[in-house]
Amino acid sequence: MASNDSSTTQPKGLYGWICARFPLDSMMREHLTEYYAPKNFNFWYFFGALAIFVLAIQIVTGIFLTMNYKPSATEAFASVEYIMRDVEWGWLIRYLHSTGASAFFIVVYLHMFRALMYGSYRAPRELLWVVGMVIYLALMAEAFMGYLLPWGNMSYWGAQVIVNLFSTIPYVGDSLVEWIRGDYFISDITLNRFFALHVIALPLILVFLVIAHILALHEVGSNNPDGIEIKKTKDAQGRPLDGIPFHPYYTVKDTFGLGMFLIVFCGIVFFAPTLNGLFLEAPNFDPANPMQTPPHIAPVWYFTPFYAMLRAVPSMFGTQIWGVLVMFAAIALLFFLPWLDKSPVNSIRYKGPLTKFMLAVFAVSFVVLAVCGMKPPQGIYPTLARIFTVTYFLFFLLMPWYSRIDSTKSVPSRVTYHDHEH
Amino acid sequence: MLAPNPAPGPWQRRGADGTGSGFGTEQGWTMSDEVDLGRRQLLTNATALTGAVGVAFVATPFLASWKPSARAKALGAPVEIDIAKLEPGAMLKVEWRGKPVWVVRRTPEMLASLKTSTPLLADPESEASDQPAYAKNPARASNAEYLVVLGVCTHLGCSPAAKFTPGDVTVSADWPGGFYCPCHGSKFDLAGRVFKGVPAPTNLKIPPYSFPSPTRIVVGADAQSA
Repeated sequence: MASNDSSTTQPKGLYGWICARFPLDSMMREHLTEYYAPKNFNFWYFFGALAIFVLAIQIVTGIFLTMNYKPSATEAFASVEYIMRDVEWGWLIRYLHSTGASAFFIVVYLHMFRALMYGSYRAPRELLWVVGMVIYLALMAEAFMGYLLPWGNMSYWGAQVIVNLFSTIPYVGDSLVEWIRGDYFISDITLNRFFALHVIALPLILVFLVIAHILALHEVGSNNPDGIEIKKTKDAQGRPLDGIPFHPYYTVKDTFGLGMFLIVFCGIVFFAPTLNGLFLEAPNFDPANPMQTPPHIAPVWYFTPFYAMLRAVPSMFGTQIWGVLVMFAAIALLFFLPWLDKSPVNSIRYKGPLTKFMLAVFAVSFVVLAVCGMKPPQGIYPTLARIFTVTYFLFFLLMPWYSRIDSTKSVPSRVTYHDHEH
Repeated sequence: MLAPNPAPGPWQRRGADGTGSGFGTEQGWTMSDEVDLGRRQLLTNATALTGAVGVAFVATPFLASWKPSARAKALGAPVEIDIAKLEPGAMLKVEWRGKPVWVVRRTPEMLASLKTSTPLLADPESEASDQPAYAKNPARASNAEYLVVLGVCTHLGCSPAAKFTPGDVTVSADWPGGFYCPCHGSKFDLAGRVFKGVPAPTNLKIPPYSFPSPTRIVVGADAQSA
């Protein structure tokens, strides 16, 4: 853990005083200055750090929003309008939070796709992947509950549809839904408890899970675009030859990535905070009305792939649980990825054309389903949703077969890394 | 078995080395430094189980606090509607338990459309659907003129829109008139019966209701219980 020469360079001064009483120095070494990350990271490796940054944005802006928000059915909508119009800079804090929600999903989806490409979920990183998937579930719950809080009409009916998913469970469904809502309908009581879960319970869980995710990462070490274990080739001091200390090398690189991210993020916050209905939906500028469903309801974009699958499956045998099962299975399959992939190599760089084709099919399916989920269930969209639900599942269900038979390229023993040309 | 502990603590039984008292020897105890691991495991399991029961007891009030409160239950009481001014062919929306309840005064043409829609329906006899016994008939009403139905789609709880005009182009050209759910495209006829091939699995739910007088409807209570 601590380096060999730690006895000779005992920290001095206040820092030394702290380190004699708290493992600050050894923590800094273990997780920053002596955590060796592969030197061949590309831009896909920005998104983990960016996700942590967005989590920080959400926590800070969220705390400030709770100072003016009222979690009650009669006051919630007006209190959000109050934040937007009367609170100094309230509009900025709220738009940072609402844009942050979508940004969180963008960086998390890119972070997950990176893992798919480079085989970062594969042994020995299975648990790291599973913890990440639990973070994704917690994030979806957090986003769903947060979306009810403005108490707009889309908030209301979105919550109605999602909570009612549980009513499809045989026998216990109806009482389960009544228990979740605490009422016979989505009411003040539901709003108040979603607020509690959104601002206390789920953020706490998220923070703990993120810490667990980082600890698991630092235990097994980072993967890289070549999918090569850098721990296999070490120097005399036991340092990986293809590794560089996370700090200062990757803290600086991630800061550059953060700058790029903030240019786009601030552009949306300041110039297009609703992103034409994609980040903030138009019906949500009407207060919740239990008597009137908006003419077309759809969740925010990050849920639409799964929503499209839900709608794609018709009800059979007098129940519509099948669509719900398909939707949950689409997420559950991701957990099993480490055990579905039977390829002898990690990274897409050394995998064959079949695997590359299937990964492309998966990416296209996800995007097409996202579009289908935003559109009304008419015209071409229900058919498209059915086709691409099938192809989405084929990516996972055929993986044990195509990952085994696909051709592979020979993997070098050292990472491929090119110095910048002069 | 474990090696003898070189320095037995006061919590450990003594005796095997001959220095301890003979307490318990007469009762047949094995006075040695060897730990009875089976007994230790049993006690650990029993303690853990007792703790788990305690956790379950403590969790109960927290989980039960999520059930509808006494106030929520009181607010879910029956509501009374005056239908004296409801025109034939018109619909009245009232709120009961936060959900829309529709009262439609059906014209003879509307009632006739129930026969033409029958072959298109998934459950025309309401066998798999939820309604009081007095509404389990093709008109799904105790008095065929008045349809009293919960305006909540049996798919995922959206509120369908009234599309009473036959052939309404926003639904389909062969539309016999009824209700259309904008969320996921479910269709229901003028008795709230679900069409085939739509996401909603069953007919719209009929709440318990009764007519205390010819111009009044109580929603939420049967004639017997009112």
